[in-house]
Amino acid sequence: MSNIHVTTTLNGDQVEYLCEPQETLLDVMRDRLDMTGAKEGCGSGDCGACSVTMNGRLVCSCLVLAAEAEGQEVETIEGMADGETLHPLQQKFLDHAALQCGICTPGFLVAAKALLAKNPDPTETEVRYWLAGNLCRCTGYDKIINAVMDAAAEMRGA
Amino acid sequence: MALDNKRDFKIVGTRVPRPDGVDKVTGRAQFGADKTAPGMLIGQILRSPHAHARIISIDTSAAEALNGVKAVITSADFDKASSAGNQDALDNCMARGKALYDGHAVAAVAAISATVAKQALKLIKVDYEVLPHVTEVEDAIKTDAPIVQEGRQAADTPAGLSQNITHQMSFGHGDLDAGFAKADLVIERSFKTAATHQGYIEPHACLATMGPDGKADLWCCTQGQYFVRELCADFLGMETSQLRVTASEIGGGFGGKTTVFIEPVALALSRKAGKPVKITMTRDEVFKATGPTISSYSDVKIGMTKDGRITAAHALLRYQGGAFPCGTIEFGLMSAFAAYDLDAVQAEGFNVMTNRPRQAAYRAPGAPVAIYPVESVVDELCQQLDLDPLDVRLKNAARKGTKSSYGPTFDEIGLVATLEAAKAHPHYTAPLGPNQGRGLSCGFWFNFGGNTCVSLNLNADGTVGIIEGNPDIGGSRASISQMAAEELGIPYEHVRTIIADTSSLGYNDITDGSRVTFAVGLATIKAARDAIQKMCARVAKLWDIDEDAVIWEDGFAKPAGPNAGAFEPMSIAEIAAIANSTGGPIAGHHEVNANGAGVSFGVHLVDLEIDPETGFTTILRYTVFQDAGKAVNPDYVEGQMQGGAVQGIGWALNEEYIYGDDGLLQNPGFLDYRIPVASDLPPIEAVILEIPNPGHPYGVRGVGETPIVPPLAALSNGVSRAIGKRMFELPMSPPKILKTIKG
Repeated sequence: MSNIHVTTTLNGDQVEYLCEPQETLLDVMRDRLDMTGAKEGCGSGDCGACSVTMNGRLVCSCLVLAAEAEGQEVETIEGMADGETLHPLQQKFLDHAALQCGICTPGFLVAAKALLAKNPDPTETEVRYWLAGNLCRCTGYDKIINAVMDAAAEMRGA
Repeated sequence: MALDNKRDFKIVGTRVPRPDGVDKVTGRAQFGADKTAPGMLIGQILRSPHAHARIISIDTSAAEALNGVKAVITSADFDKASSAGNQDALDNCMARGKALYDGHAVAAVAAISATVAKQALKLIKVDYEVLPHVTEVEDAIKTDAPIVQEGRQAADTPAGLSQNITHQMSFGHGDLDAGFAKADLVIERSFKTAATHQGYIEPHACLATMGPDGKADLWCCTQGQYFVRELCADFLGMETSQLRVTASEIGGGFGGKTTVFIEPVALALSRKAGKPVKITMTRDEVFKATGPTISSYSDVKIGMTKDGRITAAHALLRYQGGAFPCGTIEFGLMSAFAAYDLDAVQAEGFNVMTNRPRQAAYRAPGAPVAIYPVESVVDELCQQLDLDPLDVRLKNAARKGTKSSYGPTFDEIGLVATLEAAKAHPHYTAPLGPNQGRGLSCGFWFNFGGNTCVSLNLNADGTVGIIEGNPDIGGSRASISQMAAEELGIPYEHVRTIIADTSSLGYNDITDGSRVTFAVGLATIKAARDAIQKMCARVAKLWDIDEDAVIWEDGFAKPAGPNAGAFEPMSIAEIAAIANSTGGPIAGHHEVNANGAGVSFGVHLVDLEIDPETGFTTILRYTVFQDAGKAVNPDYVEGQMQGGAVQGIGWALNEEYIYGDDGLLQNPGFLDYRIPVASDLPPIEAVILEIPNPGHPYGVRGVGETPIVPPLAALSNGVSRAIGKRMFELPMSPPKILKTIKG
């Protein structure tokens, strides 16, 4: 079985890799590109820990074949902070203690960023439904929701 | 121990940011599966497709011959373990003679890639003799049930029960018959609960490296690196000094990462292949071969007078803990009636083996399913006698001086204060609409202290490094740093706490029993006091006065009084800067087997609404009240209370292991095993009570486990009141509620 050559854009940088046809984007990021920020919690698109955006659309990278990333623009948790400056969502997650173990945190942040890009002023219910694809077993979601609402307000300049 | 609760805390009790926070919001934190090593192989595990089968033979020759395969192992590649308990842990990692449940490991391979490893698994030929199986409590206790493991039956098991019974015990005191005779109403009910999984989002993962010299390193996500070392060294016939275990950041555990599953397998593969081996479980493997809790089938009988005094209480609890003997029943029996001050009480029960995965601890193991039937019957008594359920609990509440149902007499406990806080909260009197119900329940956990070892190193600039040995599962590095900073009188930011590997610090018990903030905190305070004493001695030498004449205040060494002499106070930084010329480096240590953890009580209130058409439950409002002793970091205390409550909500409403008649697990994935998601829930309000624990210098008591206990009964009581009929089984999935409504 021959490998496939892929050229894609990851967090603004052009990267190339070889992958097997059945490899997922998550596998390639983690195992070939040393980008371990996205996590594999289930491998079946049920937990959201591997969330990334592809051309701005929120996807589970465990459900995207690595070969499908050819010519796409992929953004991950590693690209979220601007140098030493954290994204407002990242800062609010810290301020609100919105993480305990932290394994789901990258996925929540990527998903929440995608929500606020679409809807800068979501209701609490809208946040809860948008993030229903991201599982957190530690927090009961309360502080996560508060962090996202607070970040949204700050990003709107409210 | 002197309780320091009059102290005016400066850092303890504040919401400081956690030291690992930035790493975790940027994706830099390294969890179990995030580590690699040069030349690393991928390990994968072959698992039994049968619920119960004798392994006649395993032929690995074709797999070994596949290009890229570097090692294949079976149970023959491990030593015999040194104790029955360790042997059970080993046999659970790799089946020996019999596969005991669907998903039980039977062989493993290491290969140059995941693709090759997967191909190799298909080439391993296992000849099975399929045996009759049993997966349910009520079937496994019958004398004609298939025997899961011969020769494991408890010696004192009464006649008429299956050989699968492994632990039979009883707790209590007083005259039950006389007690029930005094009651105006006696209610006896039977209850069932399903097995659940801890559901940590991070699957088990490890990286093992063993050289030809027999020295090994193991990186893994675990709640206890020292216990991993003990088990793995035992299974591989190693001296513990030759195995260094490093705990990764841990992506949730809740008790499920307190033992080993893949770690000895990776080490054995690495030993055979002579290369590093990484194993990462799939979610399917996590569900099939790790974690689940007990399931239960219980009878509870309680008598009450018209004015709400409980006169007698009895419980018979039957737990199944999977394919190995399981002692969790003991915690269940001890906790069942812990919230009550009773003259006549007995809790008896046993464990039974089934063809299910070996039970692993889950947050207050055994307590939620023991307290659920008790709190349900208490609620039904309140309803039938037209009594307020909070008043009845207050009337019967355990308090200081109560002889507990499991033996000890309680010291300072927070149950009454917690119940009073619930009663005074606006939630308790808020109006309810049609199809809505309010449920409440008490919860309890023992809490634990245990073996703990902390080192504190003073750096040349006056900052401090803490070395402790307990994986940080929910922000404990922050609370440990806070307590060190408080004691030393220095800023929180001047302390950095790290988790040591097994070669860098003495033995520490597992992160379990809600012990870390209590026991590691206690050892940290004592280590700081040790360092303070040494710093004061150095200053005394400089000032040429007695050591006793130097005191420590707010980060400074000062003369104890005017008689000691007129000296300028010296800061910790000044003392640190000249340490090398006053006697060398300064460090504090403390080693302890900590007692005095202090039990924990909580009360949960829930309002919910049932859709009479579908049986679907919507949670409208949820409030958690709990005694934290002293909340070192209130953010993370609230987090424990909220997270535990939601896990309990999942247990009550959705979560269950479903086995088919074939004995195979039908829902090994997050799609079909549904844990609560954000849209299922309202905000969870957390109300922290602080009744100081006399066993800790700052009054701290563990908070992590109690919050999972009350939701089971609170939800069941709420649903029962909403639909006007009693529920006796968990989870209360919509079809079950609908059936009860229509039935």
